[in-house]
Amino acid sequence: MMPELGKYADTVLSAYAVSLLLLVVLAVWSIWRARKVRAELETVEARRKRPQ
Amino acid sequence: MKSIWEYANPKKFIETSQALLPWVTGLTVVCMVVGLVWGFFFTPDDYRQGSTVKIIYLHVPAALMAINAWFMMLLASLIWLIRRHHVSALAARAAAPIGAVMTIIALATGAIWGQPMWGTWWVWDPRLTSFLILFLFYLGYIALWAAVEDDDTAADLTSILCIVGSVFAVLSRYAVHFWNQGLHQGASVMRAGALAGDTEERVSNVFAVPLFISMAGFVLFFVALVLLRTQTEIRARRMRALMARERRG
Repeated sequence: MMPELGKYADTVLSAYAVSLLLLVVLAVWSIWRARKVRAELETVEARRKRPQ
Repeated sequence: MKSIWEYANPKKFIETSQALLPWVTGLTVVCMVVGLVWGFFFTPDDYRQGSTVKIIYLHVPAALMAINAWFMMLLASLIWLIRRHHVSALAARAAAPIGAVMTIIALATGAIWGQPMWGTWWVWDPRLTSFLILFLFYLGYIALWAAVEDDDTAADLTSILCIVGSVFAVLSRYAVHFWNQGLHQGASVMRAGALAGDTEERVSNVFAVPLFISMAGFVLFFVALVLLRTQTEIRARRMRALMARERRG
Protein backbone atom coordinates (compact mmCIF):
# COMPACT_ATOMS: atom_id res chain seq x y z
CA MET A 1 0.00 0.00 0.00
CA MET A 2 2.89 2.35 0.83
CA PRO A 3 4.03 4.16 -2.32
CA GLU A 4 7.63 3.78 -3.45
CA LEU A 5 9.25 7.03 -2.29
CA GLY A 6 12.79 6.11 -3.28
CA LYS A 7 15.75 8.08 -1.93
CA TYR A 8 13.46 10.92 -0.80
CA ALA A 9 11.37 8.78 1.56
CA ASP A 10 12.71 10.52 4.70
CA THR A 11 12.07 13.95 3.18
CA VAL A 12 8.48 13.23 2.17
CA LEU A 13 7.56 11.33 5.35
CA SER A 14 9.03 13.97 7.66
CA ALA A 15 7.13 16.74 5.81
CA TYR A 16 3.86 14.83 6.23
CA ALA A 17 4.60 13.93 9.87
CA VAL A 18 5.41 17.52 10.90
CA SER A 19 2.42 19.00 9.05
CA LEU A 20 -0.16 16.47 10.20
CA LEU A 21 1.10 16.69 13.78
CA LEU A 22 0.74 20.49 13.75
CA LEU A 23 -2.75 20.33 12.22
CA VAL A 24 -3.91 17.74 14.77
CA VAL A 25 -2.42 19.65 17.72
CA LEU A 26 -4.11 22.86 16.53
CA ALA A 27 -7.50 21.15 16.12
CA VAL A 28 -7.31 19.30 19.46
CA TRP A 29 -6.14 22.42 21.32
CA SER A 30 -9.00 24.48 19.79
CA ILE A 31 -11.62 21.87 20.74
CA TRP A 32 -10.19 21.45 24.26
CA ARG A 33 -10.15 25.22 24.86
CA ALA A 34 -13.70 25.59 23.45
CA ARG A 35 -14.99 22.98 25.91
CA LYS A 36 -13.06 24.44 28.84
CA VAL A 37 -14.23 28.04 28.26
CA ARG A 38 -17.82 26.89 27.69
CA ALA A 39 -17.83 24.93 30.98
CA GLU A 40 -16.26 27.84 32.89
CA LEU A 41 -18.82 30.29 31.49
CA GLU A 42 -21.68 27.97 32.47
CA THR A 43 -20.27 27.82 36.02
CA VAL A 44 -20.04 31.60 36.27
CA GLU A 45 -23.55 32.08 34.82
CA ALA A 46 -25.00 29.45 37.18
CA ARG A 47 -23.33 31.18 40.15
CA ARG A 48 -24.87 34.51 39.13
CA LYS A 49 -28.35 32.99 38.75
CA ARG A 50 -28.28 31.49 42.26
CA PRO A 51 -30.14 33.60 44.85
CA GLN A 52 -27.72 35.55 47.07
CA MET B 1 -32.78 39.26 2.83
CA LYS B 2 -30.97 39.37 6.15
CA SER B 3 -28.19 41.88 6.63
CA ILE B 4 -24.70 40.47 7.21
CA TRP B 5 -24.43 42.79 10.23
CA GLU B 6 -26.97 40.62 12.08
CA TYR B 7 -24.11 38.19 12.64
CA ALA B 8 -22.26 40.91 14.52
CA ASN B 9 -24.63 40.02 17.36
CA PRO B 10 -22.62 37.47 19.44
CA LYS B 11 -25.69 35.35 20.22
CA LYS B 12 -26.73 35.22 16.58
CA PHE B 13 -23.17 34.40 15.52
CA ILE B 14 -22.95 31.49 17.98
CA GLU B 15 -26.35 30.11 16.88
CA THR B 16 -25.49 30.30 13.19
CA SER B 17 -21.93 29.00 13.51
CA GLN B 18 -23.10 26.09 15.66
CA ALA B 19 -25.52 25.08 12.92
CA LEU B 20 -22.80 25.41 10.26
CA LEU B 21 -19.94 23.71 12.13
CA PRO B 22 -20.93 20.04 11.64
CA TRP B 23 -21.30 20.58 7.87
CA VAL B 24 -18.07 22.52 7.49
CA THR B 25 -16.22 19.98 9.66
CA GLY B 26 -17.58 17.04 7.64
CA LEU B 27 -16.59 18.67 4.35
CA THR B 28 -13.15 19.52 5.78
CA VAL B 29 -12.48 15.88 6.71
CA VAL B 30 -13.67 14.64 3.30
CA CYS B 31 -11.59 17.14 1.29
CA MET B 32 -8.44 16.80 3.41
CA VAL B 33 -8.53 13.01 3.49
CA VAL B 34 -9.31 12.69 -0.24
CA GLY B 35 -6.78 15.37 -1.27
CA LEU B 36 -3.91 14.13 0.90
CA VAL B 37 -4.51 10.39 0.43
CA TRP B 38 -4.86 10.86 -3.33
CA GLY B 39 -1.77 13.06 -3.46
CA PHE B 40 0.37 10.82 -1.27
CA PHE B 41 -0.65 7.36 -2.46
CA PHE B 42 -1.99 7.74 -5.99
CA THR B 43 0.09 10.33 -7.82
CA PRO B 44 3.29 9.57 -9.74
CA ASP B 45 6.71 11.02 -9.03
CA ASP B 46 7.75 14.13 -10.91
CA TYR B 47 10.50 13.57 -13.49
CA ARG B 48 12.75 16.19 -11.83
CA GLN B 49 11.64 16.31 -8.19
CA GLY B 50 11.02 12.59 -7.72
CA SER B 51 8.69 11.75 -4.82
CA THR B 52 9.29 15.14 -3.13
CA VAL B 53 6.55 16.50 -5.41
CA LYS B 54 4.11 14.95 -2.92
CA ILE B 55 5.00 17.75 -0.49
CA ILE B 56 3.05 20.27 -2.62
CA TYR B 57 -0.23 18.84 -1.27
CA LEU B 58 0.76 20.29 2.12
CA HIS B 59 3.06 23.17 1.24
CA VAL B 60 0.90 25.01 -1.30
CA PRO B 61 -2.40 24.85 0.68
CA ALA B 62 -0.61 25.85 3.91
CA ALA B 63 1.10 28.81 2.20
CA LEU B 64 -2.24 29.82 0.64
CA MET B 65 -3.90 29.85 4.06
CA ALA B 66 -0.95 31.54 5.80
CA ILE B 67 -1.41 34.56 3.54
CA ASN B 68 -5.20 34.53 3.27
CA ALA B 69 -5.70 34.10 7.02
CA TRP B 70 -3.91 37.42 7.43
CA PHE B 71 -6.17 39.03 4.79
CA MET B 72 -9.22 37.68 6.62
CA MET B 73 -7.81 39.20 9.85
CA LEU B 74 -7.24 42.48 8.00
CA LEU B 75 -10.87 42.57 6.83
CA ALA B 76 -12.15 41.74 10.32
CA SER B 77 -9.83 44.36 11.86
CA LEU B 78 -11.08 47.04 9.44
CA ILE B 79 -14.68 46.14 10.32
CA TRP B 80 -13.77 46.51 14.00
CA LEU B 81 -12.09 49.88 13.45
CA ILE B 82 -14.95 51.24 11.33
CA ARG B 83 -18.07 49.66 12.85
CA ARG B 84 -16.86 48.57 16.32
CA HIS B 85 -18.40 45.08 16.12
CA HIS B 86 -16.77 42.94 18.82
CA VAL B 87 -17.37 39.70 16.92
CA SER B 88 -15.17 40.87 14.05
CA ALA B 89 -12.27 41.74 16.38
CA LEU B 90 -12.67 38.36 18.12
CA ALA B 91 -12.80 36.54 14.77
CA ALA B 92 -9.47 38.15 13.84
CA ARG B 93 -8.05 37.06 17.20
CA ALA B 94 -9.40 33.54 16.63
CA ALA B 95 -7.79 33.29 13.19
CA ALA B 96 -4.27 34.33 14.23
CA PRO B 97 -3.03 31.03 15.75
CA ILE B 98 -4.40 29.13 12.74
CA GLY B 99 -2.55 31.46 10.37
CA ALA B 100 0.61 31.11 12.46
CA VAL B 101 0.44 27.30 12.28
CA MET B 102 -0.14 27.45 8.51
CA THR B 103 2.93 29.68 8.19
CA ILE B 104 5.03 27.20 10.23
CA ILE B 105 3.82 24.34 8.01
CA ALA B 106 4.64 26.30 4.84
CA LEU B 107 8.10 27.23 6.15
CA ALA B 108 8.86 23.74 7.52
CA THR B 109 7.70 21.82 4.44
CA GLY B 110 9.51 24.33 2.22
CA ALA B 111 12.75 23.82 4.17
CA ILE B 112 12.37 20.02 4.15
CA TRP B 113 11.77 20.10 0.37
CA GLY B 114 14.52 22.67 -0.22
CA GLN B 115 17.28 20.62 1.38
CA PRO B 116 17.41 17.90 -1.32
CA MET B 117 16.16 20.11 -4.20
CA TRP B 118 18.08 23.36 -3.64
CA GLY B 119 20.83 21.87 -1.48
CA THR B 120 19.94 24.11 1.46
CA TRP B 121 17.28 24.33 4.16
CA TRP B 122 17.05 28.09 3.94
CA VAL B 123 18.06 31.06 1.79
CA TRP B 124 17.32 34.74 2.34
CA ASP B 125 15.15 34.71 -0.75
CA PRO B 126 12.48 37.48 -1.04
CA ARG B 127 9.54 35.10 -0.68
CA LEU B 128 11.04 33.04 2.14
CA THR B 129 12.15 36.13 4.04
CA SER B 130 8.78 37.87 3.72
CA PHE B 131 7.11 34.64 4.90
CA LEU B 132 9.37 34.53 7.95
CA ILE B 133 8.53 38.17 8.72
CA LEU B 134 4.83 37.36 8.29
CA PHE B 135 5.27 34.57 10.88
CA LEU B 136 6.89 37.06 13.28
CA PHE B 137 3.92 39.39 12.73
CA TYR B 138 1.58 36.52 13.66
CA LEU B 139 3.53 35.98 16.89
CA GLY B 140 3.50 39.71 17.64
CA TYR B 141 -0.23 39.91 16.97
CA ILE B 142 -0.98 36.97 19.31
CA ALA B 143 1.33 38.38 22.00
CA LEU B 144 -0.27 41.84 21.78
CA TRP B 145 -3.76 40.42 22.33
CA ALA B 146 -2.45 38.53 25.38
CA ALA B 147 -0.52 41.50 26.77
CA VAL B 148 -3.29 44.14 26.81
CA GLU B 149 -5.90 43.64 29.50
CA ASP B 150 -8.68 45.84 28.11
CA ASP B 151 -10.33 44.00 25.19
CA ASP B 152 -11.25 47.12 23.22
CA THR B 153 -7.76 48.61 23.51
CA ALA B 154 -6.25 45.25 22.52
CA ALA B 155 -8.57 45.11 19.50
CA ASP B 156 -7.57 48.65 18.46
CA LEU B 157 -3.83 47.99 18.79
CA THR B 158 -3.90 44.58 17.11
CA SER B 159 -6.00 46.00 14.25
CA ILE B 160 -3.31 48.60 13.57
CA LEU B 161 -0.62 45.90 13.76
CA CYS B 162 -2.65 43.82 11.32
CA ILE B 163 -2.81 46.70 8.82
CA VAL B 164 0.98 47.16 9.06
CA GLY B 165 1.60 43.41 8.73
CA SER B 166 -0.52 43.27 5.59
CA VAL B 167 2.44 44.71 3.71
CA PHE B 168 4.30 41.45 4.39
CA ALA B 169 1.28 39.33 3.54
CA VAL B 170 1.21 41.06 0.14
CA LEU B 171 4.99 40.68 -0.20
CA SER B 172 4.75 36.97 0.68
CA ARG B 173 2.34 36.56 -2.22
CA TYR B 174 3.97 38.80 -4.80
CA ALA B 175 7.64 38.96 -3.73
CA VAL B 176 8.72 36.76 -6.63
CA HIS B 177 7.13 39.25 -9.04
CA PHE B 178 8.60 42.38 -7.37
CA TRP B 179 12.16 41.06 -7.27
CA ASN B 180 13.22 38.82 -10.08
CA GLN B 181 15.72 36.97 -7.93
CA GLY B 182 15.88 34.23 -5.31
CA LEU B 183 15.42 30.51 -5.46
CA HIS B 184 11.68 30.26 -4.92
CA GLN B 185 9.84 29.72 -8.16
CA GLY B 186 6.89 31.87 -9.22
CA ALA B 187 3.26 30.83 -9.12
CA SER B 188 2.78 27.44 -10.75
CA VAL B 189 -0.87 26.75 -10.16
CA MET B 190 -2.39 30.19 -10.71
CA ARG B 191 0.01 31.37 -13.43
CA ALA B 192 -1.73 33.55 -16.01
CA GLY B 193 -0.75 31.32 -18.93
CA ALA B 194 -1.95 28.23 -17.10
CA LEU B 195 -5.30 29.82 -16.30
CA ALA B 196 -5.68 30.84 -19.95
CA GLY B 197 -5.38 27.16 -20.90
CA ASP B 198 -1.76 27.07 -22.11
CA THR B 199 -0.85 23.41 -21.58
CA GLU B 200 2.89 24.24 -21.49
CA GLU B 201 2.29 26.48 -18.48
CA ARG B 202 -0.17 24.25 -16.69
CA VAL B 203 0.54 21.84 -13.85
CA SER B 204 -0.53 18.41 -15.07
CA ASN B 205 -4.01 17.35 -13.97
CA VAL B 206 -2.46 14.28 -12.33
CA PHE B 207 -1.03 16.66 -9.71
CA ALA B 208 -3.48 19.57 -9.99
CA VAL B 209 -6.73 17.75 -9.14
CA PRO B 210 -5.64 16.34 -5.74
CA LEU B 211 -3.87 19.65 -5.08
CA PHE B 212 -7.10 21.63 -5.58
CA ILE B 213 -8.99 19.18 -3.35
CA SER B 214 -6.33 19.54 -0.66
CA MET B 215 -6.48 23.35 -0.99
CA ALA B 216 -10.27 23.19 -0.52
CA GLY B 217 -9.68 21.02 2.57
CA PHE B 218 -7.27 23.55 4.07
CA VAL B 219 -9.68 26.44 3.37
CA LEU B 220 -12.52 24.52 5.05
CA PHE B 221 -10.24 23.54 7.95
CA PHE B 222 -9.51 27.24 8.46
CA VAL B 223 -13.21 28.18 8.27
CA ALA B 224 -14.21 25.43 10.75
CA LEU B 225 -11.56 26.42 13.26
CA VAL B 226 -12.30 30.14 12.92
CA LEU B 227 -16.00 29.47 13.63
CA LEU B 228 -15.16 27.31 16.66
CA ARG B 229 -12.47 29.61 18.02
CA THR B 230 -14.59 32.75 17.52
CA GLN B 231 -17.34 31.12 19.60
CA THR B 232 -14.70 30.45 22.26
CA GLU B 233 -13.45 34.05 22.17
CA ILE B 234 -17.02 35.38 22.46
CA ARG B 235 -17.64 33.17 25.53
CA ALA B 236 -14.26 34.05 27.06
CA ARG B 237 -15.04 37.76 26.63
CA ARG B 238 -18.45 37.35 28.27
CA MET B 239 -16.83 35.43 31.13
CA ARG B 240 -14.27 38.18 31.69
CA ALA B 241 -17.08 40.76 31.74
CA LEU B 242 -19.17 38.76 34.24
CA MET B 243 -16.19 38.15 36.53
CA ALA B 244 -15.26 41.85 36.42
CA ARG B 245 -18.87 42.65 37.42
CA GLU B 246 -18.62 40.14 40.30
CA ARG B 247 -15.40 41.71 41.54
CA ARG B 248 -17.05 45.15 41.55
CA GLY B 249 -19.85 43.60 43.66
